[in-house]
Amino acid sequence: MSVTGKSVPRVDAPDKSRGRARYTADLCPKDALIIRLVRSEIAHGRILSVDTSEAERVPGVVRIFTCFDVPDRPFPTAGHPWSCDPAHQDIADRLLLEKHVRYYGDEFAAVVAETELAAAQAARLVRAEYEEYPFVLDQQEAMQPGAPVVHDAYPDNVLKHTHGQSGDWEEAVSEPGLLCLDKWYETVPVQHCHIENPICYAYMEQGRVVVVTSTQIPHIVRRVVGQALGLPWGKVRIIKPYIGGGFGNKQDALYEPLCAWIATQLDRTVLLDLSREETFGCTRVRHGIRFRLATWFRPDGTFVARKMESYAQQGVYASHGHSIAAKGTSAFAQLYRCKAWEYDARTIFTNTPTAGAMRAYGIPQVTFAMESHCDDIAHMLNMDPMELRLKNIMEQGYTDAFTGNVNRWPSHEQCMEKGAARLDWAARRALYNEPQTGPVRRGIGMSVFWYNTGVYPISLELSGCRMILNQDGSLQMFCGETEIGQGADTAFAQMAADSVGLRFEDIHVISTQDTDVHPYGSGAYASRQTYVAGMAIHKTGLALRARILKAAEEQCGVPAEELDVRDGLVIGKASGDTLISVADLAEAVLYSLDHAEQLSAEETNQCRSNAYSFGCCFAEVEADVPLCRAQVTRIINVHDAGRLINPALAEGQVHGGMSMAIGYGMGEQMLFDPATGKLLNGNLLDYKLSTAMDHPCLESAFVENPEPTSPFGVKALGEPPAVPAASAIRNAILQATGVPVDRLPLTPPTLFGRFREEGLL
Amino acid sequence: MFDIKALYEAQSISDAVRLLEEHPKARILAGGSDVLIKIREGRMAGCELVSIYGLDELRGVSLDDTDALRVGPLTSFSALENDPLIRQYICVLGQAAGTVGGPQVRNIGTVGGNVCNGVPSADTASTLLAWDAQLELTGPGGMRRSTVEEFYLGPGRTDVRPGELLTCIVFPRESYENYFGWYIKYSMRNAMDIATLGCSVNVKLSADGKHLEDVRAAYGVAAPTPIRAKKAEEAFRGAEITPELPKLFAEAIQADICPRTSWRAPEDFRRHIAGELTMRALQECIRLAGERSTK
Repeated sequence: MSVTGKSVPRVDAPDKSRGRARYTADLCPKDALIIRLVRSEIAHGRILSVDTSEAERVPGVVRIFTCFDVPDRPFPTAGHPWSCDPAHQDIADRLLLEKHVRYYGDEFAAVVAETELAAAQAARLVRAEYEEYPFVLDQQEAMQPGAPVVHDAYPDNVLKHTHGQSGDWEEAVSEPGLLCLDKWYETVPVQHCHIENPICYAYMEQGRVVVVTSTQIPHIVRRVVGQALGLPWGKVRIIKPYIGGGFGNKQDALYEPLCAWIATQLDRTVLLDLSREETFGCTRVRHGIRFRLATWFRPDGTFVARKMESYAQQGVYASHGHSIAAKGTSAFAQLYRCKAWEYDARTIFTNTPTAGAMRAYGIPQVTFAMESHCDDIAHMLNMDPMELRLKNIMEQGYTDAFTGNVNRWPSHEQCMEKGAARLDWAARRALYNEPQTGPVRRGIGMSVFWYNTGVYPISLELSGCRMILNQDGSLQMFCGETEIGQGADTAFAQMAADSVGLRFEDIHVISTQDTDVHPYGSGAYASRQTYVAGMAIHKTGLALRARILKAAEEQCGVPAEELDVRDGLVIGKASGDTLISVADLAEAVLYSLDHAEQLSAEETNQCRSNAYSFGCCFAEVEADVPLCRAQVTRIINVHDAGRLINPALAEGQVHGGMSMAIGYGMGEQMLFDPATGKLLNGNLLDYKLSTAMDHPCLESAFVENPEPTSPFGVKALGEPPAVPAASAIRNAILQATGVPVDRLPLTPPTLFGRFREEGLL
Repeated sequence: MFDIKALYEAQSISDAVRLLEEHPKARILAGGSDVLIKIREGRMAGCELVSIYGLDELRGVSLDDTDALRVGPLTSFSALENDPLIRQYICVLGQAAGTVGGPQVRNIGTVGGNVCNGVPSADTASTLLAWDAQLELTGPGGMRRSTVEEFYLGPGRTDVRPGELLTCIVFPRESYENYFGWYIKYSMRNAMDIATLGCSVNVKLSADGKHLEDVRAAYGVAAPTPIRAKKAEEAFRGAEITPELPKLFAEAIQADICPRTSWRAPEDFRRHIAGELTMRALQECIRLAGERSTK
């Protein structure tokens, strides 16, 4: 009986629901020293000196390290697999503590004390003398001549500029009778808001440094810690227990290098546990990106030429850098057909918190711009927005020469058809097109999206798996890829059970990853794990099954080719009769006095493919015009994520992403004081993450076109759910009120301003 | 871990007064939902606290022999919301309390703390103000009474004098009898939020039900402290109830409020919302009053 495709309960549910699951803070020894970071209170400048004398007198303070104590060895932080080609290596622009502080909150000293209280008291007493520089908070202002320079190596603050084009532009736009819409759209930085703040502790053992950390990428963190400390990578051991969410923020080596370095300086365990405020202001954010989109189209809605300029706000350090904006250019170039397109994408340093990876990696931003733009064109033409999309959407059979991605199925069309039917699109669209004049107006909107699954061919896709069979026929599985709350362990166990032929309950996934023990895997990012780890698990599972059958041949005297393993039993292929259970076989083989063996398998798989993952969102809103607010009344996401390994988990994944996207659309933003550069709303009260009370019932639906490059027919579902809702809601508000709002988030003050401009108030 | 120098737990009101006199720098700790946040942020590092949280005599709601409604300041928001006397006489106060934060904060936070910390966004403060509540403060010299208006000195500042604590919130019978009120909290999300603007309106109708015998309106975050729209109230006392009345009243309150621009919301937006909420709250009050009188 196949277990993939079934909504089996999560393997970690009993421990997590009973509070037994252990996270980093639960594992840290109680006598660990506490690290508290001291942060700059200016947005840009140089630390001339640090006075720690008063802080050192606080009882319980052990050591205070400053920016003048740390090695001058810049390291990269991005959670990308390493590249042996220097041209493809991430930018190494971080030091453990910074003398050149580049944003309000940059850390320049670390207090180590016996207690949290002593550390906090001392941290308040550390005094810095600064040489202050001007700062810049806006990415386009940062590009102006004479703007403050964030990194000397980038005098114009442009981290990277890429240009792409296709087709004969002049020929395309010279077609007579074309209409053009040329507009700006803006998205702003937001934070991941995972429940567990970044936390790690480190200690020395046998001359090596061990870091236990809440990360998505243990093997990559190991490499970065090695680079930052100048240690051979084998001298670094990273342990990743259960983690309370990451959403990309923990796809960066945030504070593990500093924590590890302090451990090498002191003969004690040291703990670095960030506060929520530090998580907001001093980890990573989603890039705010400003877009200019221009589309030339025929009066029937056919797109002819499309142009995009994008300006991504990088913040102070390179982190994942231009990769985010670059991913957006793929979506731009591919989602809609036209005769010619052209883009210029820039990523620009500013004196704001560093932008890095966040769920869907640049695609929520570009989707907001493109899909708002699409509805603006439909509005101009008085055309049904879905019809406009169907007319222009990427054709079936489209192949991306770079990634090898093929649009194999009519996924977009099928998803739109399903979503439209569920929300009764045609009828509601017509109903809400009737003139509405009262205070409360309704509208329905939609958005499609483009996504792909993994990172091939840009980055390495290597994934390891090891299976060790127990005497009772169960097995331990060690995967390089990580459980970060999304349910990976469960999906992995389901795939392992089917690959080997065991029962689901016989698969024990070793969830706490240890780079000393677990094979290499790059970790939880992109939307790749079920796809990439699935290949490694399948390969390893088949190898183990072959060994089991070989052992069964010896044990039972039947040729392996005539046998199969199903549900934990070795059966005759032809007869279906059980010859021996895997449990009896494993016991007999392990304790055999002539030919003892522990049956195991280990394989590494290099994935050299990628897969498109498409879908859409439909949202209905009720806009109370005088109160300047909109409430989402219905919302559905439809995804073609290939075959679902676990439909209940898939649905959960979609709901979580939708919730994130509703917050992105309606409330989330990071507000900076223009006078000081300080983050004003870095807490969960003033940062308006949406609550359950702000959501209607979250609905989801799937189209399951099997992906042929995956042994299980799967493709991306990790990030895409967070993509389309913001633009669908924006488009619903456009229908309800006739007002296009082109800047996220759609907060009441923003709607107030727009409603006034358009004469509604 | 909280940076607290000392915590003194009062055993009675007089013990609390004595502790506050002995430790003049000490802050009063009730539910702690504001104070502990400040300490965590390091804003009151090394403080001394006098906890009154154990004083059960300061909890609960009762009617005295003059039919004055007496609310103990330690009554939690959730207790207030569910209290039968509040539901019967000043239902809107319970509704306002029910809009504070989330369930955990409503279980620990107190109505007295909501007023004493002096923030303009306090959800219950505008309703206390709108219903002419009186505050009883007990200190070394005994008990004194204050109106809510007098009690607010400025943003974050209230008239709790050395050695004093709030011991009762009193609604005399004439301040609530035959009044019907409505509170609208305007915030950026539907839960776990502070008010961008709070509007508490109540009315008493004339015997024929056709006029406003009295109308009272108070606002949170429309000025540095919670405020009453006294001029508008005066102008509309006795006004005939017409379909235009709520809109006219909403226009009138604009002269009484003085919201400001902050990074949370701009002034013109707050002013616009105050008007819209006033109109809707007054409509609802009139509807409630009319419904009751026809029964």
